[in-house]
Amino acid sequence: MKQLLILSGKGGTGKTTIASAFIQLSNAKVYADCDVDAPNLHLIMNQASKAKRSDYYGMPKAQIDLNACVQCDLCRQNCRFDAIQADIDYKVDFYACEGCGVCQAVCPEGAVSLKPALAGELMLYVNGSVFSTAELKMGSGTSGMLVTEVKKQMKSAAKDAGLAIIDGSPGIGCPVIASLSGVDMVLIVAEPSISGISDMERIIKTAERFHTRIAICINKYDTNIENTKRIERFCQKLYLPFAGRIPYDPDVVKVINQGQSIVEMDCAAGRAAKNVFDKMIKLLFNETLAL
Amino acid sequence: MKIAVLSGKGGTGKTLVSVNLASVAKKSIYIDCDVEEPNGYLFFKPKNIKSENISISIPFADEKLCSGCRKCIDFCKFNALAFIINKLIVFDDVCHSCGGCVLFCPEKALAEKDKIIGEVQRGVSENVDVITGILNTGEASGVPIIKKLLNNHSEEKEFTFIDCPPGSACIVMESIKDADYCILVAEPTLFGVHNLNMVYELVRLFKKPHAVVLNKCLEGENPAEKFCREKDIKILAKIPFDRELGTLNSNALISVRENQKYRDMFSSMLQIVTKEVQHETVTNS
Repeated sequence: MKQLLILSGKGGTGKTTIASAFIQLSNAKVYADCDVDAPNLHLIMNQASKAKRSDYYGMPKAQIDLNACVQCDLCRQNCRFDAIQADIDYKVDFYACEGCGVCQAVCPEGAVSLKPALAGELMLYVNGSVFSTAELKMGSGTSGMLVTEVKKQMKSAAKDAGLAIIDGSPGIGCPVIASLSGVDMVLIVAEPSISGISDMERIIKTAERFHTRIAICINKYDTNIENTKRIERFCQKLYLPFAGRIPYDPDVVKVINQGQSIVEMDCAAGRAAKNVFDKMIKLLFNETLAL
Repeated sequence: MKIAVLSGKGGTGKTLVSVNLASVAKKSIYIDCDVEEPNGYLFFKPKNIKSENISISIPFADEKLCSGCRKCIDFCKFNALAFIINKLIVFDDVCHSCGGCVLFCPEKALAEKDKIIGEVQRGVSENVDVITGILNTGEASGVPIIKKLLNNHSEEKEFTFIDCPPGSACIVMESIKDADYCILVAEPTLFGVHNLNMVYELVRLFKKPHAVVLNKCLEGENPAEKFCREKDIKILAKIPFDRELGTLNSNALISVRENQKYRDMFSSMLQIVTKEVQHETVTNS
């Protein structure tokens, strides 16, 4: 199975808009949303059947048995995450605790235990196609682990599909790094702004560190032609395959707000997305045809 | 007063709102907590920059002392240690720096060294002190940088604006923890509303007073506005979709420093925020 991951560095450049268009165009049998902090793909990939839901447990959280606690303060002194609060009683800050277990190990009274903690929910839709997604619980850590679970769930439900399209998350941190592992190619959706260029350069560096093949496309290219040209020159200089330009198109908001992808209506952005898609398929399946 | 600007979804205009509000204030501090993709400094172009490296502690073993008992490996909940060919290996990238392995090694064979994961830059741009956190590419977590950013600034100035990362995970929580007020920036799309709902739940969970700025407003129905009316959330301002503002912003120019029209818009937004925060302080005291 070839896996195409859509990333951007900067948020809001159009990852999900492009991913949903690609899923329609390729008639993809397998796709996933790895933006577990703020998943959106399910909003336009309308599913006929209900999801199979499963709980996701991240790291466990410490809990102090107040009947056994002698207030020796060792747990608080040794916690690197400032997760132990000492008021009248000793308490664990649920959100600060990373589940490392140091407090449990230093407690001379055995008053601390680690309890499993619900950190999110995995959803798997299987009806003709396979769609794997998840939602992290508010304020939870371990989003990288959940991303890995989303991909694992996707792969185990669809072993022999030819192409999988994966919608990624913004940024360059743990969820992005987790989403990069094992994919065949990354499409970076850039935006022609100074911020967008800076963020694109950082996500390129991150993807290169993990030796992932990269291609670039520019969304809303006509909102700043100068910056668009700058991105294209940058790609040439680094020998990065350029997959095309997509214009700013007010129809996009309308289509998305109807819960549809941009290729389901005849619009300028949809047509451009189709060209980018064709180019990406060539890049992905014909490795000699780079550039 | 500390004002956090957040959004759930990326690209809705957090940096636009926080940079421009900080610029119209007489004197302010701008803190960029989006350490994975910091952008505020591109607008402020701060001068007199002082950089400080941010490190975390990573364990390393003294081979002569290590007996190969593997107590550290058994203890580590993050699988950051392994014993391969008679040698203890540390996987820096997954280590959470909890210090447990060092603490519980019976041979005292483990110690810690600093590993630089990024930096904090401080500079000045006219009336604004600009503080930026930058995570090095390839590093997994910016939380230690955010902790440093928020722990380490003077309180004397009237306004501190905290530009948050997108999402609603641990990193955002860390950013809003000490905020007096939260501004949620939303765009009028189905995605925008879904993610607005997530950060709305987050600020409610932390009992933070909050209001919404609707950005990129177009003619016709605005699902984000509808959401605010249904939930009875205060709308601070509606910023229309505007090519001129978009162009200024895409060229990393600060709109309020370029055009009186935007200066007026953000000044009145700041006045409303100030009143809101003072009102909150009065009712809370």
